Amino acid sequence: MNTAIVASLLLLLLGFAYQLGWSRSRGLAAAVGRIHSRPAYHGSLVAFWALVPALLILGLWTAFGDTATRAYILAQLPPEIATLPTGDLNAAIRRIRQIESGFGVVGDTQAYENVAAQALREFRTLTFAFVVAAAAGTGAVGLYLAQRRISTRLRARNEVERIVRVLLIGCSVVAILTTVGIVASLLMEALRFFTFVSPIDFFFGTVWNPGFSSVGAGATGEYGLLPLLWGTLMVAAIAILVALPIGLMTAIYLTQYATPRMRGIVKPIIELLAGIPTIVYGFFALVTVGPFLAGAGTAIGLDIRATSALTAGVVMGVMIIPFISSLSDDVIRQVPLAMRDGSLGLGATQSETIRRVVIPAALPGIVGAFLLAVSRAIGETMIVVLAAGNSPFLRLNPGEPVSTVTVTIVNQLTGDMDFASPQSLVAFALGLTLFVMTLILNVAALFIVRRYREQYD
Amino acid sequence: MNTETKQEATAMHMPAEKIVPQSDLYTRETTTVRTPDENPGPVRVSARDVSVFYGQKQALFDVSIDVPEKSVTAFIGPSGCGKSTFLRTLNRMNDTIEGCRMTGKITLDGADIYDPSLDPVELRARVGMVFQKPNPFPKSIYENVAYGPRIHGLSRSRSELDSIVESSLQKAGLWSEVKDRLNEGGTSLSGGQQQRLCIARAIAVSPEVILMDEPCSALDPIATARIEELIDELKQNYTIVIVTHSMQQAARVSQRTAFFHLGNLVEEGPTDLIFTSPVEKRTQDYITGRFG
Amino acid sequence: MAHPFTPQLDPAADGSAERLKRIRASLGKRHAQERRFRAYGIAAIAAALGFVAILFSMILYQGLPAFTQANLTLDVNFDPEIVKVADRPVQAPDQSVADYRRAVLDWERKVTMVNWNRVLEKAITAAAPGVDIDSRAALSIVETSERFRLRDMFVADPGLLGKTVKVTMLASANADNWLKGNIDRSLPDAQQQLSAPARALADKFMDGGQMRFAFAWHIFTNGDSRSAPASAGLAGAFVGSLYMMLVVIVLAVPIGVMSAVYLEEFAPKNKFTDFIEVNINNLAAVPSIVFGLLGAAVFINYFRLPLSAPLVGGLVLTLMTLPTIIIATRSALRAVPPSLRQAALGVGASKTQTVFHHVLPVTYPGILTATIIGVAQALGETAPLLLIGMNAFVAQIPGTPLDPSSALPVQIYLWQGNENRNFFEARTSAAIIVLLGLMLMLNAIAIYLRARLERRK
Repeated sequence: MNTAIVASLLLLLLGFAYQLGWSRSRGLAAAVGRIHSRPAYHGSLVAFWALVPALLILGLWTAFGDTATRAYILAQLPPEIATLPTGDLNAAIRRIRQIESGFGVVGDTQAYENVAAQALREFRTLTFAFVVAAAAGTGAVGLYLAQRRISTRLRARNEVERIVRVLLIGCSVVAILTTVGIVASLLMEALRFFTFVSPIDFFFGTVWNPGFSSVGAGATGEYGLLPLLWGTLMVAAIAILVALPIGLMTAIYLTQYATPRMRGIVKPIIELLAGIPTIVYGFFALVTVGPFLAGAGTAIGLDIRATSALTAGVVMGVMIIPFISSLSDDVIRQVPLAMRDGSLGLGATQSETIRRVVIPAALPGIVGAFLLAVSRAIGETMIVVLAAGNSPFLRLNPGEPVSTVTVTIVNQLTGDMDFASPQSLVAFALGLTLFVMTLILNVAALFIVRRYREQYD
Repeated sequence: MNTETKQEATAMHMPAEKIVPQSDLYTRETTTVRTPDENPGPVRVSARDVSVFYGQKQALFDVSIDVPEKSVTAFIGPSGCGKSTFLRTLNRMNDTIEGCRMTGKITLDGADIYDPSLDPVELRARVGMVFQKPNPFPKSIYENVAYGPRIHGLSRSRSELDSIVESSLQKAGLWSEVKDRLNEGGTSLSGGQQQRLCIARAIAVSPEVILMDEPCSALDPIATARIEELIDELKQNYTIVIVTHSMQQAARVSQRTAFFHLGNLVEEGPTDLIFTSPVEKRTQDYITGRFG
Repeated sequence: MAHPFTPQLDPAADGSAERLKRIRASLGKRHAQERRFRAYGIAAIAAALGFVAILFSMILYQGLPAFTQANLTLDVNFDPEIVKVADRPVQAPDQSVADYRRAVLDWERKVTMVNWNRVLEKAITAAAPGVDIDSRAALSIVETSERFRLRDMFVADPGLLGKTVKVTMLASANADNWLKGNIDRSLPDAQQQLSAPARALADKFMDGGQMRFAFAWHIFTNGDSRSAPASAGLAGAFVGSLYMMLVVIVLAVPIGVMSAVYLEEFAPKNKFTDFIEVNINNLAAVPSIVFGLLGAAVFINYFRLPLSAPLVGGLVLTLMTLPTIIIATRSALRAVPPSLRQAALGVGASKTQTVFHHVLPVTYPGILTATIIGVAQALGETAPLLLIGMNAFVAQIPGTPLDPSSALPVQIYLWQGNENRNFFEARTSAAIIVLLGLMLMLNAIAIYLRARLERRK
């Protein structure tokens, strides 16, 4: 309701300011003849200056309004309530807010609560009116000042363009802020974790047994990263063993041998694999591939569990095939045809040309693709959550269940856990490890691929 | 994604735009004029009524020509005239182009090179090719030259391979320049050196015929002069066919010249005669610079 | 093989015959190698295509049966002997609205207290005369939610009292399993989910035509349910996903496009923009679960946004999708020929005008594709959502983006983990079919719009 009022007010202000700027500059143009900028720019500029102060006021209220309201409620409370410990005080304030809003009140209300709620209701109405009035007022002032500036010489277009430019830069910064946010939050929470567990025990520990936070606060359990890291690497290695030969050979065949028609049919079908959500792969692994591998293992006398590093790795490999094939496809097609012709012209067969000339020429690009694929395999979550068996032990046999870094992050952060316990915080230390590993792989891949592109540009 | 598919058609199998005819106005125009030649050598490569099609388009019309042994034959003509296309039929490089079809007959030492029982791999070992742009492989200088002998199994031992590499580089006049850095990448050489490396690479297989497709078009005048000298030396041992857009080059290096125009072989004969007293008017117009 | 070449007799060609002999000696082997290499390529493609085929056929095979479910149509008699409640209160003239409402609520509470199971049981035994079965077993073939259906029918129309109506009810998940043969029918009693009499009853109804399979519309209209698995539906998860997609489209598309425009058209080429470029490319390859950690630490723990809310999920997915949209938009911008920009600048348009009036419109098809790819990617993402509490069981369909909710892929995750495996395996596959169907539809829309946009040019 209130949001709707504010939004419609803002829209009204916007429309009015634009219209005013537009018609004033237009009138000026009609009277004088020539003005610097077209009316649309004057309108936009006026609208901008009318809107910014109003938005600023509203923004401030959104940010600090809650604190102010809380302080007001606090002031209304009798001293014996106001001095309660934080937890109880919060409960009391929540109750008053509930009474005020009329929703979710449980039990009978007390006199002081009703008084406070009544005062709060008045406070709310008053402040709302005040904030809206302030926003409208400053908006009007901005509008007035801005429309006064309209003249034949005002470079409204340049100013609007400068505003647009700032807006564009602001949008570009979001991506940086995301990275900063990731690094900062991972680092901070990981550091909090390291106040419970020493980094040495974490990075070099060979036992993963975090226990449960409900058992008691403090560092109960062991947080050795190595079993998880080992599981992660094993699953990723199996995935790459499946995906690299298939993906690479597919790319080679499609670029070097296939007719355009065949390529046009096969390529989209393989890329279909890339669009399938990973949870679907996970389910596929759990329900189809796992039992199949276990059965196949039994048939040849091997003990393979249905949920194991092998199951997760194989299915993850399938997931990565299109990734490797389309990246390799791109780099192989960048190899100059002159090089291929040179080899064929010497009497090399097509496969000799591919193996001895095309692939070595495309190698940096393929290595880049490989690194990105490894990064993707390491960071993949849902397949391993469902199909790897979640068993954090150092085991060599890929037919046994394992656990990975990503699985453990999910396990530690889902369920009802105290966010401040080491059991939860360890997820961020694991996340940091994961982030750093993938960062190194990604950046290395980026540089290799970029160097490679420059070579043939 | 869209740009990718658009590029696909051209990038996939078309080696260079120049060999695809730009217009479909090409028609069979005239029978080839043969300038009399008092002293022709024994014929090595012989083409009879060769036509080439790219899909629906005909790029070459009934070309018949004889290439004599141990001499340089130059193909000249304005761009898009079919000279490169014809050159590529001589070692079946056109086979690698999707939708390219050829009729007529080409023989090497009297044997049909388009005979289905013939292996194009073997043919290309006998008819080598040097391309317009120097295209060394991303390998060392040594490996570039050793590539052909290795794939064809020409050497029985490392020392035999070494000597093939050395003699090839020597024949290509590159040995003295690179003998101390055989393990450096082939791409580290200058453009002219790269082209001579490509020639050495072709020689290493000891082909009987070497096809050169505008080998100097990407080089500066000094490098060009060096290659021309080399061609002159090579003709002692090899039969050379060279495509060139430069009439001066044809005049300098070749013994016989063939003039192509709009997919037709217009005139062919001893170089000096072609340049001094051509029979065909179009040849005359071309060598005097009326068009081209 | 016949060799059309005559051996070289010319003495000048030294060693030529020997050379040819050597070449011919290895030809067979080389061609065999070539054939082998091609076979590898074809095998790789066949493997990749095979995986696609197996994956889709397995999911269709498992999921399609779940779209039909056993329904039981019975004559239900609202027997006054069992439904012993007073008439629905009528508002007296002197009664206040609040009092009246209280009276109605009171009445409804009494209606709920009625032994609806008894009503149901009588309907079942009436339909199967002569069958001696205890009430537990009889009721076990009907889904537990159906007695509330009877209650709701009665509340809506108290006139039903004493009447007999035909009601079509969902069979229980166990009965559905039995009738579909999901559990081997020859297994002994101990391994069956239904008791022997209940199985016999279900079969009898099947033969008698009271029980039949019908399309399970409720999968699309119901929320999730644990107590009544047969009635569990996707509507809640679907709405949750829809909210998240809206957030992604509203935030990621404008920010991503603006950011791409700045980086590609305005930003100076220097170390800093280079850094942004690497940063964006890296972000695109950061594991999705890291974004989940970011969401947990920043949105949930720091900003105290509600757990399980689609708004938070949408924010996390926005950050995750942003790099995809930026990269794709940039490459679309890069594909615009410079001549277009020069033409616009040449007639006196400013840089900003050039970009927004001339360059950007040309890239709409590209941006559209990028948007759809990004949205599809976000739609299928599971792991980060688990970390912000979207894996909580939510039975209601969320009314606003701040209500707790699930999402389609998370629902798949939850269902695959349900204890009633026999039933939920099919249900999970059905959910996957719905998810993949949605993605396919998104892509189809993209292709269609793209074709239209490009034709207009």
